[in-house]
Amino acid sequence: MGKIRSRLYLIALLVVASIASLIPRNVTMRVPDKDSGRMKDTTVRRVPIKLGLDLQGGIHLALEVDQSKGPVPDCADAIQRAEKVVRTRIDEFGTTEPVVQIQGRCRLIVELAGEKDPARAKGVIQRTAFLEFRITDMKNTFRDALPAMDGALRRAGVKSRNPSAPSAVSQLFGDTTKAQQKEDSADANAAGVLSSLLFQGQLPGEFLVPEEQWPLVDSLVQRPDVRGQMPRGIELRWGAASESRGARAYRALYAVDSRPIITGEELVKANARRDQVTNQSIVTFQLSRRGGRKFGQETARHVGDYMAIILDGRVQGQPPVIRSQINANGQIELGTKPLQEASDLALVLRAGALPAPLTIVDERAISATLGADSIHDGIVAGIVGVLLVIVIMVGYYRMSGALAVAALTLYCLFTLAGLAAFGFTLTLPGLAGFVLSIGIAVDANVLIFERIREELVHGKSLRLAVEDGFLHAMNAIVDSNVSTVLTALILYAVGTGPVQGFAITLIIGIIASMVSAIFVVKTLFLIWLHRRPDMVTLSI
Amino acid sequence: MIRLFANANYDFIKWRRWAFSLTGAIMLVGTAFLATRGLNYSIEFTGGTSVQFEVAHKVETGKIRAALDNVGLRGADIYNFGSDTSYVVRARLGNRASEGDAGTQAVADSVAHALDQSVGEGQYHIAQRQSVGPKVGRELQGKALMAILFSFVVTLIYLAFRFEWRFGLAAVIATAHDVVATVAFISVMHLEVSLVVVGAVLTVVGYSLNDTIIIFDRVRENLRKFRRQNLYEILNLSINETLPRSVLTHGTTIATTLALLVLAGEVIRPFAWVMSFGIFTGTFSSIYIAAPVLLWIEKRWPGQDARGARAFDPRATIAPVPGASVTSPPPPPRPPRAPQPTR
Repeated sequence: MGKIRSRLYLIALLVVASIASLIPRNVTMRVPDKDSGRMKDTTVRRVPIKLGLDLQGGIHLALEVDQSKGPVPDCADAIQRAEKVVRTRIDEFGTTEPVVQIQGRCRLIVELAGEKDPARAKGVIQRTAFLEFRITDMKNTFRDALPAMDGALRRAGVKSRNPSAPSAVSQLFGDTTKAQQKEDSADANAAGVLSSLLFQGQLPGEFLVPEEQWPLVDSLVQRPDVRGQMPRGIELRWGAASESRGARAYRALYAVDSRPIITGEELVKANARRDQVTNQSIVTFQLSRRGGRKFGQETARHVGDYMAIILDGRVQGQPPVIRSQINANGQIELGTKPLQEASDLALVLRAGALPAPLTIVDERAISATLGADSIHDGIVAGIVGVLLVIVIMVGYYRMSGALAVAALTLYCLFTLAGLAAFGFTLTLPGLAGFVLSIGIAVDANVLIFERIREELVHGKSLRLAVEDGFLHAMNAIVDSNVSTVLTALILYAVGTGPVQGFAITLIIGIIASMVSAIFVVKTLFLIWLHRRPDMVTLSI
Repeated sequence: MIRLFANANYDFIKWRRWAFSLTGAIMLVGTAFLATRGLNYSIEFTGGTSVQFEVAHKVETGKIRAALDNVGLRGADIYNFGSDTSYVVRARLGNRASEGDAGTQAVADSVAHALDQSVGEGQYHIAQRQSVGPKVGRELQGKALMAILFSFVVTLIYLAFRFEWRFGLAAVIATAHDVVATVAFISVMHLEVSLVVVGAVLTVVGYSLNDTIIIFDRVRENLRKFRRQNLYEILNLSINETLPRSVLTHGTTIATTLALLVLAGEVIRPFAWVMSFGIFTGTFSSIYIAAPVLLWIEKRWPGQDARGARAFDPRATIAPVPGASVTSPPPPPRPPRAPQPTR
């Protein structure tokens, strides 16, 4: 009797521990505040089982360092730094329980549960957000180098594909400086391929290219022979958006200093707002004290010059003129773009720049409704499966089957508790694995019961048959379950996301079924035999 | 008490040639399907984009197809998913794979564009969307293959440790048979090979091994218990003795798998199909592949007592049921059945 009691204590302990780990508890979550749009911490009461993205909806992204524009030597280091930046961005972005983790060496996994706008999330994660300020080409060294570039192109045999009269268009701007007249006359003589496509803008270093021509111009200036003629200390940057002058759309090309006067590294604050006067979306920012000092010195030296604000290699808006020394505060104008875009930009600027551009190598988005349907269907299938198992077990093994079914409820409890206690994620394949494991879980009981029947047939006494039945079935149960756990472990090691969830559920299920089918059922048998000492036939 | 196949006494091993022919024929059909149609890989493996969307009213798939052709996605698939108003569009990377992840993005954009054109912008609700680059696809293919091979190696080692290498080899051959048969089934049914389906195949591996081990465990025990019987007889005895268990366990597993197949929804259906088939082939192979192969291995490379070799020795008396045979040493006596009925 003492043996039974200690067994019961142990089972009671397991049950209590399982229930304790499944009690709905307060969980702190970050949710967006409806009033301010910022993130705030809230506590929610819920059952502590994590649901996978396929069950609650959301997006899963796998990102790698973009190597298409030149190899990145140490991708592991770049990904590690990118992880920190992405985590900071995501924390502010407004999803509950985001997952940001490095997979393998050079891959970053981002999972956002319940996210409804994948395009926006992708934008925030992928944006390099490298901010820099550069002075435009005040001495017009680029323009002076244009004839040499045209010459290089002529030698390479590149012909102008569009020999329309460019001078007619350039007169539209009305600022025909001396230099441009010279350029125009050069056109008349030789029709320089590059210079015929560029029109001097309103400020030094600014050129306008007809919108439809800019891919052509971009490919021309990327040519090595053209780049060879580029003046020292000057680089080209395109404008972020096209602008219309008269009836045509133009894209601005800026010749800027190759040395930025300051970069976004020194930025400490960034906020989005709408300008009351111009109704533009703007991002205001503040530099650190060190950055402010440096910025002040540089701008003091460049009073009267134009400063291009370059974000991810594109010039934002028209470079403003520096009227006086600027210290710690500045702003980026985004024109008519929606305020949300401005606030996303402010967010990524606050979080800092990515060390290298990231490219998405795997992306999946699952809607929350599909997830809810999956949960519902999975639970229905589970209930029907359990009922079928109960009918089979009780129908075939009668009282013993009923004991096995009783243990099966404990099995379900243990498995769910195991998932909750170790913080594993329940996925849709995991749910299927759980339902399947209910069918497999009774296998151990079937083996034991068949063994007991055999022992009874061999003429053993009831108690001895039960004892030997459990004992002799042990070998088969252990060997078969160990081999299943081994394949599940491999599945876990190799699989990703949902499949790992399946493997975990299977492993926990097998362990729980060993406990319930062997230990719990044996205890129930012992109690049964203890209560009915006069029993001669076993209901099995 | 209800007893199914109690004291069953079937000569399973006798039918091994029939079983081999049957499974050979199935394999042949499967291989023909594999060769002509191949496997229907999901974009997780091939790279590309798949979009599952729902609409309020039925849309002509022809219209969507025309729009997809328009944006240059000629090989794209369109099919209903579960209901009339739920569709899946799947565009593989094809020759854009060489463009890397930029190509993947281009395909994803093209699919979105084609849907906007044919179904109408905002007229559909995207339930699920996935874009996979070519590199990830290739990695996954390698990993899936590695997983199955690795599971064989681990099993072989475990069984060699717990039983003997002959048992391990026989179990692995039987399991390999199940993998091939399951892959053939996937090809014939034209199921989409996703990661979850690969997971199902691995589960079949585990399940089939489990079943084989139960029988082999009995073989191991009976080899110790009955010293005079040859392996042929021991195998038959062991299969017959474990028959009730097989029926019961496969019954409960099939019951839960069928519940999944019918009720658990479209996403999990391929998984449930593979599992259902796997339970059948796993049961079949444990009896008709694993046991005869073990017999064959013992004959080729006899173990210590060479009872496998004796199995086909004409001088040896072949008694299908050694337990009941007169020539055998007295086994533990089998008394008449325990008094019935149950209470």
